[in-house]
Amino acid sequence: MSTIRIRREDFDASAEIEALTKSRHDIGAVATFTGLVRADNGLTAMTLEHYPGMTEREIAQHVAEAEARWKLQGITIIHRIGRLLPGERIVLVAVASSHRGAAFEACEFLMDYLKTRAPFWKQEEHGVATQWVEARTTDDDAAERWRKE
Amino acid sequence: MTLLYFAWVRQKLGRGEEQIDLPPNIKTIAELVAHLRMRGGGYAEAFADPKRLRAAVNQEHVGFDAPISAKDEIAFFPPVTGG
Repeated sequence: MSTIRIRREDFDASAEIEALTKSRHDIGAVATFTGLVRADNGLTAMTLEHYPGMTEREIAQHVAEAEARWKLQGITIIHRIGRLLPGERIVLVAVASSHRGAAFEACEFLMDYLKTRAPFWKQEEHGVATQWVEARTTDDDAAERWRKE
Repeated sequence: MTLLYFAWVRQKLGRGEEQIDLPPNIKTIAELVAHLRMRGGGYAEAFADPKRLRAAVNQEHVGFDAPISAKDEIAFFPPVTGG
């Protein structure tokens, strides 16, 4: 079972873990990743834009790929959009499995693909100045390693 | 066809979406980029360097050699930066 949500509202990671595992006795591990806005170089805010429709499709494809590669009991992905301040949560990936290995690996796999394939863009504010965040080749490398195995 | 623009591409063009009639001689994303660049102004600027752009056809990532047709939804945007 998987849940994908793109929304402005914040999330509660504990509540999402609870929802993933409630009334289940076959789950031995939940790995979660939470991404936060960093105040690097005087960053004062960040605005996330996305491509409605394609974002959900692209994430669903990678969720299906993760479910094919690992034995998983559930996946929840929440990605926020709109204007966020330093310290605010941006993204949650939670993966439930029988054992920790699959949960850790699938969580990292999904984050690497969110970074490089899901159509989101970040615009940073530094006071009154704004700039679009450039894609990083290190993120491409992180996603690429899953292809080599 | 529907054209969608995101991030700085949208800002340079001053619009996020438009409908165009696809000229019959344009068969690929690369040819569409060259066509849009010819409009000048913000288009010349946004489409000046194809290496800075990515494209999607009907909500799937594609290369610039991808074929296009009149009913497609085509999006142009910078490399993605989510997560």
